[in-house]
Amino acid sequence: MANMAQAVRLALHYAENHYDLKDVFGQDVGAPLGGVFTATQGVKTAWNSTLDERGIIGMAMGIAMTGDRCVAEIQFADYIFNTIDLLKIAGNTLWCTNGQMSLPMTVMTPVGAGIRGSVYHSHSFDAWASRLAGWKVVMPSTPLDAYGLLLSCIKDPNPCLFLKPKALMRVRGEELIPGEPEDEKTLKNMIDAPIGDRSNWKPKWPKIEEYLVPFGQGKITRTGDQVTVVSYGRHLLLCNEVADQLSSEGYSVEVIDLRSIYPYDWTMIKTSIEKTGRVVFVNEDTEVTNFAEHLAYRTVQELFYNLLARPKVIAGKNVPGIGLHPHLEDASVPQKHDIAAAIKEVCAEVP
Amino acid sequence: MAIKKKKTQSKTKPKANQLRKTLGLPSDILLQMHDYMVKSRVLEERLIKIYRAGESFFWIGGPGEEAWGVPLGMLAYKGQGLNYDYLHLHYRCSPTLVAMGLDMVDSVRLMMNRSTDKSTGGRNFSNHFCIPEWNIAPVTSPLEVQYPIACGTAHAQKRSKSKGISIVTGGDAGTAEGDFASALILASRKNQELPVLITVQNNKWGISTSYDGQHGETHIADRAKAFNIKSTVINGNDPIESYLAIKDSMDYIRKTGKPAFIEAHVSRLYGHSSASGANPIKEERDPVKDFENKLLKAGLIDQKMIKEKWEGYEAEGIKAAELARTESVPMPESIWDHTYVNNENADWRKF
Repeated sequence: MANMAQAVRLALHYAENHYDLKDVFGQDVGAPLGGVFTATQGVKTAWNSTLDERGIIGMAMGIAMTGDRCVAEIQFADYIFNTIDLLKIAGNTLWCTNGQMSLPMTVMTPVGAGIRGSVYHSHSFDAWASRLAGWKVVMPSTPLDAYGLLLSCIKDPNPCLFLKPKALMRVRGEELIPGEPEDEKTLKNMIDAPIGDRSNWKPKWPKIEEYLVPFGQGKITRTGDQVTVVSYGRHLLLCNEVADQLSSEGYSVEVIDLRSIYPYDWTMIKTSIEKTGRVVFVNEDTEVTNFAEHLAYRTVQELFYNLLARPKVIAGKNVPGIGLHPHLEDASVPQKHDIAAAIKEVCAEVP
Repeated sequence: MAIKKKKTQSKTKPKANQLRKTLGLPSDILLQMHDYMVKSRVLEERLIKIYRAGESFFWIGGPGEEAWGVPLGMLAYKGQGLNYDYLHLHYRCSPTLVAMGLDMVDSVRLMMNRSTDKSTGGRNFSNHFCIPEWNIAPVTSPLEVQYPIACGTAHAQKRSKSKGISIVTGGDAGTAEGDFASALILASRKNQELPVLITVQNNKWGISTSYDGQHGETHIADRAKAFNIKSTVINGNDPIESYLAIKDSMDYIRKTGKPAFIEAHVSRLYGHSSASGANPIKEERDPVKDFENKLLKAGLIDQKMIKEKWEGYEAEGIKAAELARTESVPMPESIWDHTYVNNENADWRKF
């Protein structure tokens, strides 16, 4: 079973051969490292850029202008902020040019806390990204979804942002990527670079197949009828765990993995809330003008008379950074007990 | 009288012939340059008149850059795709586009925010062109972002082994942006040099801020030298000097695949934009008038031809404005158009 870093690699390899992906680049993305999380290791078109985020995004825009497909990486989302106006321009190019020029480019970047990454390796970007009109934004919670979402991004004619939950890069899923060897050691021997001298190493790619996760299509990961929990990325797995724990206490929690932040699967959210009457939105970006607030707003506007309790947003604290000490990180981003408490509180509310 | 006249002719004719020989370019090119320069000037002055008449919200453009922009447009290899030159222009680019064949009415449509404006559909300021059929990348208001983007198109051109090159233009003030340095670095990496012509039109102003207080370098072109980029400083108010320098640089890039840099000193004849009044700045050299006098002295044109040319383009400009006035404007419901390719997912209310 592939981990998420391997799934990303497999998707890039598939896209090189089937979608004419011509460039995968960013800091340390090429040989010998293949990315700080090894997510680009062995990828044929991967190359090392200068240490210059604006140069990376600008280059990607230029490559996309010619119609060539590329995937550009910003090593950590914490360093993407100085490119925000370029991201805005990439998102508005089609619109500003009256539909004449699309930019088929994908930017991928690791996001979020969970690895004790301190102030500048823990930032989230989903709330910021949701304000970049013209971009499609996704965040997987499993390797299979990472594979399917990244392929959808590369294939799409619009700029796409693939947010990699960095704490999940070594986490394995429960479903195989089509064509992936069942034994994880076999896959490792095929596509993981050896420790030490890699100068003569080449990956032996398995015959993987196309698998696309469409934009705007969520996934119900736990079924329930008492409360809906909507999340994505790393926190989706925490929500699953909490739902399982709470089921032993008699709670029936429906968990939705949004997968696609923009466009998002409102039909799935709506249908679930109409059933449960209660909803908790969970993510780790900071809480003020969080993307979940938009979802909560829409819930109130469109489903007010279906609600049995006030919608709740569980998000990161609105502090300038995530401190390194575990006490600081844990107090800054939602933990399982925070999610459990919120679910219980919403379930306890009487209209 | 007749004898006297003959004497005068015999005195001036050899002088004119000699001048023609020293001009350095064939007569047909000189006359063509003059024609485009006049057309471009008349067009810009028409745009200013449209602004003054209250038929547009804002004017920004390129009077004063004709002697640089026209030769650039004449020498660019015009067409669509990697085999042709990509042009990443700034908003003083009308001389270049006129020389490439821009119809006056298309500039006027953009100025008057008509829905018939092909470049932006009435969404953006004057001279913010996008013409994919000629590889004209979208002109953006944020300064200097076009420089690393140009490296992206050049990268794709290099990979495709085409003879097409990328060309980028911008002002002197914008060179303070980091994106300018990004482009110098990206274009000149050892053994990965890019076929890009990096240019700066130095008019010695950034809106109201003088060049003199903001630069420590002797020439902006010296910065390119530090990256081993072939660089030249020219009088961009002389179309012959511009033509020869641009041609020389383009030939070098097409032959070697390496970048070249031109700093062209130009005038800014009507100030920064309508925000600063768009009034004629009498202290600035007028490159169109200077060139016209040169051609007069060389006997290549006469006053009658000059008068007819200016009046002909003036009539064309008036006709263009009259036509644009009758054309439709963008409708409110069109705001969602082209957010994404095929207009999908534009309005979240409709997910």
